[in-house]
Amino acid sequence: MILLGLILVPIVFALCVWALPESRAKVVAVIGSLVPLAMGVIAVVQFNWDMPEQFWLGKTITWLEPMGLELSVGVDSVSLFLILLTLLLGPICVLCSFTAIEHRLKTYYGWLLVLQGAMVGVFAARDLVFFYTCFEFTLVPMYVLINIYGSTNRKKAATKFFLYTFTGSVIALAGLVYVVWFSAKETGLWSLDIGVLATTARGMPLGQQTLVMTALLLGFAVKVPLFPFHTWLPLAHTEAPTAGSVILAGVLLKLGTYGIYRFVLGFTPLAVVEHAGVIAVLAIVGILYAGLICWVQTDVKKLVAYSSVSHLGFCVLGLVALNAAGINGAVLYMINHGLSTGALFLLIGMVYERYHTRSMKELGGLASKMPIWATFMVFFVMASVGLPGLNGFVSEFLTILGTFQASNAWSGLPGSTPGVLGPWFAAFAGVGMIIAAMYLLIMVGKVVFGPLVEPANHDDAHSKLPVDLNAREIGILLPLAGACLWLGVYPAPVLRTLEAPVQVTVDRFQMILAQKQADEGESVRVSVVPASAPEEEGETP
Amino acid sequence: MISIADKIATMWPEITLFIGTCIVMVLGLSSKLVMRKACSPVAGLSLIIAGLLALQNDDAVGVMPYLMPYAKALIAGVGLLLLMLLAGTVDRDQEMRIAGGAAFNPLSSTRAEFYAFFLFSLTGLMLCTGAEDLIWLFLALELTSLPTYIMVTISTSRSRGQEAGIKYFFLGALGAAIFLYGFALLYGGTGTTNLVEMQTQFAQGQINTIAMLGLILSVIGVSFKIAAVPMHFYTADVYQGAAAPVSAFLAFVPKAAGFFAIMLLVSTVGWNQGVAGGLPEPLHATLWMMAVATMTLGNVLALLQHSVKRMLAYSSIAHSGYMLVGVIAGPGETGSGSLGFVGNGLAAVLFYLFSYGVMNLGVFAVVACLEKTGDSGERVEAEQVGDLQGLIRTKPLLAVVLTICAFSLLGLPPMLGFFGKLPLFTSGIRAGEIPLVVILGLNSAIAAFYYLRLVKAAIIDEPAPNAEPLVSTPFGARTLAAGLSAAGVVVFIVLAGPVMRSSERAAVVRDVSALEVHDLADGQNAVPVAVND
Repeated sequence: MILLGLILVPIVFALCVWALPESRAKVVAVIGSLVPLAMGVIAVVQFNWDMPEQFWLGKTITWLEPMGLELSVGVDSVSLFLILLTLLLGPICVLCSFTAIEHRLKTYYGWLLVLQGAMVGVFAARDLVFFYTCFEFTLVPMYVLINIYGSTNRKKAATKFFLYTFTGSVIALAGLVYVVWFSAKETGLWSLDIGVLATTARGMPLGQQTLVMTALLLGFAVKVPLFPFHTWLPLAHTEAPTAGSVILAGVLLKLGTYGIYRFVLGFTPLAVVEHAGVIAVLAIVGILYAGLICWVQTDVKKLVAYSSVSHLGFCVLGLVALNAAGINGAVLYMINHGLSTGALFLLIGMVYERYHTRSMKELGGLASKMPIWATFMVFFVMASVGLPGLNGFVSEFLTILGTFQASNAWSGLPGSTPGVLGPWFAAFAGVGMIIAAMYLLIMVGKVVFGPLVEPANHDDAHSKLPVDLNAREIGILLPLAGACLWLGVYPAPVLRTLEAPVQVTVDRFQMILAQKQADEGESVRVSVVPASAPEEEGETP
Repeated sequence: MISIADKIATMWPEITLFIGTCIVMVLGLSSKLVMRKACSPVAGLSLIIAGLLALQNDDAVGVMPYLMPYAKALIAGVGLLLLMLLAGTVDRDQEMRIAGGAAFNPLSSTRAEFYAFFLFSLTGLMLCTGAEDLIWLFLALELTSLPTYIMVTISTSRSRGQEAGIKYFFLGALGAAIFLYGFALLYGGTGTTNLVEMQTQFAQGQINTIAMLGLILSVIGVSFKIAAVPMHFYTADVYQGAAAPVSAFLAFVPKAAGFFAIMLLVSTVGWNQGVAGGLPEPLHATLWMMAVATMTLGNVLALLQHSVKRMLAYSSIAHSGYMLVGVIAGPGETGSGSLGFVGNGLAAVLFYLFSYGVMNLGVFAVVACLEKTGDSGERVEAEQVGDLQGLIRTKPLLAVVLTICAFSLLGLPPMLGFFGKLPLFTSGIRAGEIPLVVILGLNSAIAAFYYLRLVKAAIIDEPAPNAEPLVSTPFGARTLAAGLSAAGVVVFIVLAGPVMRSSERAAVVRDVSALEVHDLADGQNAVPVAVND
């Protein structure tokens, strides 16, 4: 029941925001985002941590019986952590908008709360159509937020964001419906339960799995975004208001990787094993390409936006490594990226509110003027770069380790697992890490350190804000910083609970991979003679 | 086979509407204002009674034996909303003059005709659902259409309405000629005009080329009513020329008639005729191409429109294309192997008609509720997308209605339109029409573009600084219709279950697979008896 509450409470508060006068909007929004956070704490207490691979806190209500549609929720530890991330970012997004948003407050805070509910719904849903409903419905609030409250190019950005992701998800829907139909044909029962569907979907032959995987990937890859479907993201990120960027980077992109984890890996393992290499190549191209783009950015926000493309590439790479280190790292990466990149967007938003520019040419040496801000900036950039001791390092290391290990060819190495990636993939991804360090440190070097540069017509007196961060802004950043530090220094408890559900997936893949390896060994031996014969024929004329 | 007396027993809803029509025709000509004003309540009352009567009758009739109760109740329900929306469409100027002291002139009043034709058209639509015979079907279709030509013409005092009416009439006559030709060939190929008997013959494998040609021609001709490509050319001009409430009427009533007729006609050959099951190949190819062309062309052309009415006209073409997917998929297996509602394409079409009827009406209602001052000082409909800018500031209720209905039309979950589209997806996949389903999905994405433009104008854009201020039309009933349709879109998200169940029951096609040879012979003998009665 508490999960349904987490979905419905923000929506009820959103209705309150719309019903009450404009002057109350902020207060109601703060309460409306803090109440779910408190409920999240209760959920953590109620969750059965002894068996985190099972789905707990479940509740099922019949919705549309002729379609077999149910309001069905339940979480394992992966979903629960992502929900907690969403709940943590909720009040932060409300609080960071107090001075940035000055008109149409009711619309703004109302949609922000609706978005909150829909995102929790995505992670909590155990019914396929309910999942899809929440997944799609996140588009509307985001569309409104970008379109009304964004910067100059907002209308184009919002429309591109909506159409791009909507098109992708409609194709994903075709894939999901196909799975449902297949399962109904196999079992004779029309069920939309994700658990049931996953079990039967894995029985599909490879050809069908490949079709379904392609459809699902088209939908989720747009959301991640995976190269070459990333072109909507920099625009949407750059144009969105600060809270919008934080939610986009923090949670909405994770809907894509969560979709890949839950559905692509869960429904079509045979096809994933077959095509993991292709997906990994796309991920690595994304890592390097987006990294190089970051290098030449002068707009700080755009730089962080592109860095998301690059970072999420690591996440996808870890997922398709198909071993324990890779997938664990990827799941942890989802949370870490939400924390550190979310915080970076907050920091950029704070500077933007003061200087009304995000250009690296017009900003420099802010450390001398805004020491607190500069401290946080350096801290979160380090977290994002992957400095050991902060959270980014743990997950980045795990994904690359997983990629390195996942190779059949290097099976002699200790710790190696069957897989299609390997050291070469890891090496290229490693280059991506170096590039990430370069562009982020160059950015910090220009904006934080060095001689003070301010926009020409800047005048502190115009701003209602103090020169450096005020208590509200520090209060927003502190919990994120604390979480980054905790996940960096002592990630063991979180990793341990994530391991159990991930291990179920990993075991399945390792079995398929081992089977495939054995089969290939046989078929190579068998096919030696016939394969060579036509080759000779081809050469004789 | 049933006698004519039994047949009449299934027609109490139509008879009620006909009685209502007669009363309205007299009332509308009364010199007393209160009597004239009683026209629409009487029409509404007869619709309510007709709807209730429709639910009482459950006799099995024709090739889709249980279609009538669901379809007639649906017609009565949406008809009631349409009636509210049509408030004040005709005689507005005259009523204003009379209020100013002028005498009532029955010759220039069109109220009586308008409501009478409205009810006539709905009567024809209801008759379509119970058609067992080609002649009956033809007459019912014409009874649905003929009044609409006149309704379009008299709906506005401007010449545009007359132009639209003429266009609609001539092209409608062309469509009627084509399907009449098809009916003639069907008769030539089968020797009967009775749909049940035709179905029995087809089930025995006697589909000859003439009958198949007749069937295809009939379907193409009837596709004029649903505005499917290649019979769609009139749609945009007619919808734009007619007053918005009448356009809403056109978007539902003839379309529903067309789909009932197509379902009945296609049911005669059934969905187990093709190579791998499904429709016979020529018919399948025709419908397949029609569906793809209709949804794609409709959506692409809708993208280019600046007038809300034209945009809705093209989008209504696209929606017909979506529904054709359900017709192609067919009812699927019955009995234990069946998937129930989700695998049944006909049920999907019937349910989509319901959801489309509700949500499409909402958008038209918003347009019907808004007016601005035109170039020459007269009141004109605010039908440009640009006119709707900043609607949330000036008319928040209408803006919310528009947003809900447009999101529903584009199929965004969790709106009603999504649950209408999903069974089309599932039944299409069940029938193995995967390319068709993918095209359907991509078209939904194209549609997102223009529906989003509507939403953006209404709730996101600020009002243009020098725009003409919008005025509400002085008819509360129109606003009520708008509010009710938006409420319907939201409420039926939760309550659609029973509607889905009844649409599933309505989609049953008469089972011929179980008929033994002697049963078939009996059936054939029974036909002349029934006709002679």
